[in-house]
Amino acid sequence: MAAAAATTFSELSAFKLVSSRPNSSSLTVFSSLKLPSATNSPNYSFKALKSQLNPQRHHRITSPLRSTTTTPDAASTVTTFHGLCYVVGDNIDTDQIIPAEYLTLVPSNPVEYEKLGSYALIGLPSSYETRFIDPGEIKSKYSIVIGGDNFGCGSSREHAPVALGASGVAAVVAESYARIFFRNSVATGEVYPVESEGRLCKECKTGDVVTIELGESDSKLINHTSGKEYKLKPIGDAGPVIKAGGIFAYARKTGMIPSR
Amino acid sequence: MASLTIFPSSSAFIKKDVSLSAFSSQPSFYVKSSKKRVCKKIASVMAPQQSERKPSTTGSVKTGLTLTEKILARASEKTQLVPGENVWVNVDILMTHDVCGPGAFGIFKKEFGENAKVWDREKVVIIPDHYIFTTDERANRNVDILRDFCTEQNIKYFYDIKDLGNFKANPDYKGVCHVALAQEGHCRPGEVLLGTDSHTCTAGAFGQFATGIGNTDAGFVLGTGKLLLKVPPTLRFVMDGEMPDYLLAKDLILQIIGEISVAGATYKAMEFVGTTVESLTMEERMTLCNMVVEAGGKNGVVPADNTTYKYLEEKTNLPYEPVYSDGQARFLQEYKFDVSKLEPLVAKPHSPDNRALARECKDVKIDRVYIGSCTGGKTEDFMAAAKVFLASGKKVKVPTFLVPATQKVWMDVYSLPVPGSGGKTCSQIFEEAGCDTPASPSCGACLGGPRDTYARMNEPQVCVSTTNRNFPGRMGHKEGQVYLASPYTAAASALTGFVTDPREFLQ
Repeated sequence: MAAAAATTFSELSAFKLVSSRPNSSSLTVFSSLKLPSATNSPNYSFKALKSQLNPQRHHRITSPLRSTTTTPDAASTVTTFHGLCYVVGDNIDTDQIIPAEYLTLVPSNPVEYEKLGSYALIGLPSSYETRFIDPGEIKSKYSIVIGGDNFGCGSSREHAPVALGASGVAAVVAESYARIFFRNSVATGEVYPVESEGRLCKECKTGDVVTIELGESDSKLINHTSGKEYKLKPIGDAGPVIKAGGIFAYARKTGMIPSR
Repeated sequence: MASLTIFPSSSAFIKKDVSLSAFSSQPSFYVKSSKKRVCKKIASVMAPQQSERKPSTTGSVKTGLTLTEKILARASEKTQLVPGENVWVNVDILMTHDVCGPGAFGIFKKEFGENAKVWDREKVVIIPDHYIFTTDERANRNVDILRDFCTEQNIKYFYDIKDLGNFKANPDYKGVCHVALAQEGHCRPGEVLLGTDSHTCTAGAFGQFATGIGNTDAGFVLGTGKLLLKVPPTLRFVMDGEMPDYLLAKDLILQIIGEISVAGATYKAMEFVGTTVESLTMEERMTLCNMVVEAGGKNGVVPADNTTYKYLEEKTNLPYEPVYSDGQARFLQEYKFDVSKLEPLVAKPHSPDNRALARECKDVKIDRVYIGSCTGGKTEDFMAAAKVFLASGKKVKVPTFLVPATQKVWMDVYSLPVPGSGGKTCSQIFEEAGCDTPASPSCGACLGGPRDTYARMNEPQVCVSTTNRNFPGRMGHKEGQVYLASPYTAAASALTGFVTDPREFLQ
């Protein structure tokens, strides 16, 4: 058991390291965890990324259920997320995701990046009795957020997807997104913005254990707690940008900017 | 080229007339299910070829383009493009402020190197405006970070502030970025303006493509002067009729957002045309375009005309070339409004699309009024409020906070005579009405901000505000209730202590 936990731990820390890196190149690691392909940017080695990160991060992970792992599949590349989900409603705007008073924190500053994470979704009204981050904690136990329509509406503040990513969220599954939030999620690689086919915010409850599988041809969300499966929409145009590893990696790959 | 198959990659181009000549008294009408169905995917399919068809000798078939499509086509050096296409666009102006600038610079340096230089020191405009008059150390530090970067990069346009105790002691300081961009002549027809703020869409009032982006995208633009953008389809809003004297552009945009919902324009351009729009001043057009993002819109545009050229006359030396939608341009949907039938509106808590008639909210007791922000803190917004106070002659019943958007607006408030007042300035009228003294220009409490921000809502109160968003916690307190309204409606409400239709005073 200890061995298995250790394996899970290192896989998780691999992905978690990815999402904690406050810039778009984090997605390069994400894609590099799949089967090697010619399209992966050769410029970021996984080891290099690991060494730049705050080693304290590893201690935050308390349960294997919070983990998100990418599991390369022999036949095709499948991206997987797994963990507890936190369910919110429609029109969750950026002020609820990260209230304006915390915007003095600069996301590209590693210490302030962590602080942003500790305030993720603190702006949700008190009608949300189960809070996203437990009092006294600075990380969330939920790695997947499930929302309704127009998730992330409001401000262009990149602090919003950053706060979610820094708090431990790996993916958001929403019925639809506001465009700037979606763009920022893709550009930063902080959270993977998944679109659902239906209103999963009505089907799932906070605390349900879910798995998201994003395949080349089809994607689904499995709710282990309810036993149901739901279809997810393909990523669409943002796919090549995410696959390349964010806007900078994509631009380098397509020759828009010189390689490093 | 043997054949040409046109796949509209986004939605069908449905030209639909939705006449809204009579405004019913139903509050916040929108059919949730229909807003998603507006886009129907139609792929046109070629019939199999019967015989060989020689390519046209006059070049590829050209279809009409909308104003937005034309700007993006020119900026991406393409002769044709269709909505849904992703294009690399040359950026004319990149704007950032104290909240997002530091993060954008951090990414710029990380990606392009510590010694990298911005792509064009004259095309980056840096405007501290969000958290300025505060003792919050990090907020103050962020302005210092802007200064260090501007010094190092020799940025031409940096509207700096050092003396926080006296804004007038800072000759370069402007205030709210979107108003400053316009006042300083950085908004020009036909250009592409990107900013690290959602209300960057305000500049579309000048007939340009203007939209908000995040730090990472901004970091990319800083290094390259380009960005990958998806071409949006256009929704057209035709507003005709003489603008009643109790209505302002704020009422028009609240009407529209209430109609199509907060996601009704997601990924779309909103084009405003018609005789009413043509009659609007530049500041009113800015108000209209400002809240495009509240409908989910990517950008808003008002075609440039004499009003635009006149405004720009003293402000910019740079040449510009306006563009206009072709006659055969395809619009996703068209909405028509007879403005003479509209009435003053509010957006009730907690959503900008929670539309209601101001007169139907007259029993809502309020605790305060806020007049300010890029949406409702411009010179004409204060003139409008002053007009209502003047017409009443009475004092306000609740604390009324006034935050001019920029130094120039502040000076106008203290110097321009209000028509019909016998030479009084707005500031005098405000003082006589018992309003708070106009504050130092900045974004102020529109978005809450650090705890010591002037007029921040720190208790669960009810506020009528000329700002742009009223989601929970927007102005500070999570249980605060914000009613979005025009300056006329805000002033009228201040006078009664209840949400009030300005016709109570203006007719």
